[in-house]
Amino acid sequence: MLNAQNITVRYGKHDILHNIDFHAQPGAVTAIVGPNGSGKTTLLKAITGEVAHGGTVTLNDMDIDAAKAWELAAIRAVLPQATPLAFPFTVSEVVQLGLSNGISAARVRLIVAALERVGLSGYGARYYQELSGGEQQRVQLARVLTQVWDPVVDGTARWLFLDEPVSALDIGHQLQVMQIARDFADAGGGVVAVMHDLNLTAMFADTVALISDGRVLAQDAPAEVLTNELLSEAYHCGVRVNTAPPSGTYLLPHVATQLAS
Amino acid sequence: MALASEIPAKMTLDGDRSHAANRLTFVLLIVLGIAMLGSLAIGASGASLWGALWDLATGGELALRDRVVLWEIRLPRTIMGAVVGAALAVSGATMQGLFRNPLADPGLIGVSAGAGLGAIVAIVLGGLLPIALQQALGYYVVPLAAFVGSWATTLILYRVSTRKGRTSVATMLLAGIALGALSGAVSGLLVYIADDTQLRTLTFWGMGSIAGATWSKLFAALPLMAATFVAAPFIAKGLNGLALGEAAASHIGIDVQRTKNVAILAVAASVGAAVAVSGGIGFVGLVVPHLLRLAVGPDHRYLLRNSALLGAALLLVADIISRMVIAPAELPIGIIMAVIGGPFFLWILLRRRGILDM
Repeated sequence: MLNAQNITVRYGKHDILHNIDFHAQPGAVTAIVGPNGSGKTTLLKAITGEVAHGGTVTLNDMDIDAAKAWELAAIRAVLPQATPLAFPFTVSEVVQLGLSNGISAARVRLIVAALERVGLSGYGARYYQELSGGEQQRVQLARVLTQVWDPVVDGTARWLFLDEPVSALDIGHQLQVMQIARDFADAGGGVVAVMHDLNLTAMFADTVALISDGRVLAQDAPAEVLTNELLSEAYHCGVRVNTAPPSGTYLLPHVATQLAS
Repeated sequence: MALASEIPAKMTLDGDRSHAANRLTFVLLIVLGIAMLGSLAIGASGASLWGALWDLATGGELALRDRVVLWEIRLPRTIMGAVVGAALAVSGATMQGLFRNPLADPGLIGVSAGAGLGAIVAIVLGGLLPIALQQALGYYVVPLAAFVGSWATTLILYRVSTRKGRTSVATMLLAGIALGALSGAVSGLLVYIADDTQLRTLTFWGMGSIAGATWSKLFAALPLMAATFVAAPFIAKGLNGLALGEAAASHIGIDVQRTKNVAILAVAASVGAAVAVSGGIGFVGLVVPHLLRLAVGPDHRYLLRNSALLGAALLLVADIISRMVIAPAELPIGIIMAVIGGPFFLWILLRRRGILDM
């Protein structure tokens, strides 16, 4: 499991995260939600070892700050928000970057399968830089998937860390990408995703951590966290939570009137 | 999620250019071989490579003139040209990968300028050294000083741009520009106080040439110039990862800091030694990786290797031209490279303007 304790991050004089505790289980999708600037991406960067932080983070009982890059790469992959590439790689070449050296039949199959999984079959020979932002994001997802294709290896869960994986996507691809995350978790892997869209969060997450001003307001099942009171407090606006058939999914329309903040 | 083994087999991968890159390596090996033969065969004297080879093959005695020209002049010069060209091209490709910028070049981050400053200091102020030291260093005083210059530049650059074990590429680029300007200014000052003889030496050294290559000079510079060749296989995958950015590179298992350390040290050694023995030969580190990226893509596992071969061949061809244009005199090779390389590079930029041109 992922266990982050007492996480503190400062940028200069500003505390971005204040003594945050955060946990995630394999076999579940854990969403991190919160308003802009609340520190949700910073939290993801702290628990993936990307920014210097106070406190400890362990992943599958491995201290991520002491672990070597290749040790971590073997058990978890990280999808950044956006990935501009320096050189004209083709889509196939980008997806390959997640793999160790060499092209074998098995690797070719893996790359083809990953591209198919994100709906980009036939894009292999296209130049990455010619693609739209949403297509680039899905190419990166394919790269990340090839890195940890099997969600469980030798009884140990592997992890996907996704930073706003659907931010550049249309509604159809949003559902497709979230389903990939859902399937990965259902097969025993762990998924931690920073999410902007609360509806998708309600649909796909097992656990939601609500971050506001660098603190965790709540971390629990969606029904416990996505409430009128907590969301209104976190987002400083009126939010009403509804349920609707057929799936009983929560809908979160934003009430027009701003609360006095 | 389906296991990889359940996925239907498909052996060819669209957009994978590794096979093309391997084929290009084979072609470039042949091209380099031809260029080396040409470099041995062509020159101001009438010595004939083929005649000498025939003499050797038939067990005949090699003429003294042929032995001196081929063995003492053309062969070390050929090897020197190939190694300098390869070192400059691989250093350029490595720096471009490290900075994620196709225009990054040892010239850009001040390493070449630092080496140049070292050489100019040696040429202008070398006479101030104690006579005994001058005699001890003898021929090596300029190469050594150039190497010290590139080394010092790299160390300062590294110290300025590295905080808590992490190198900021942006800071390094800016610091490199500042250091290059500083080296240029000090060099200019030294040129100003140089006497006429020194000025002539400086001018010819600065234009770049491998005409003075000897076995001893070659063996002195070879270990340093080879640093990037030795490092290349170990940093190629790291440089590929860095194309995604430092954080993403780390997430796919790249030891980013080690990749940067190895790349920086190797390039400093290679460029310092190359500048020392050949002066200012430009464009190789810029044009060669650029052409190869256009041809078979930016994967550094193939780019570094192919850059070495094409850089070596290109420099040899330029050197052959420099011997032929005003024979029996010679033009400095740096001029040839600039005359060929400058317009060629501009033409590429004009023809393929756009994102793919990176």
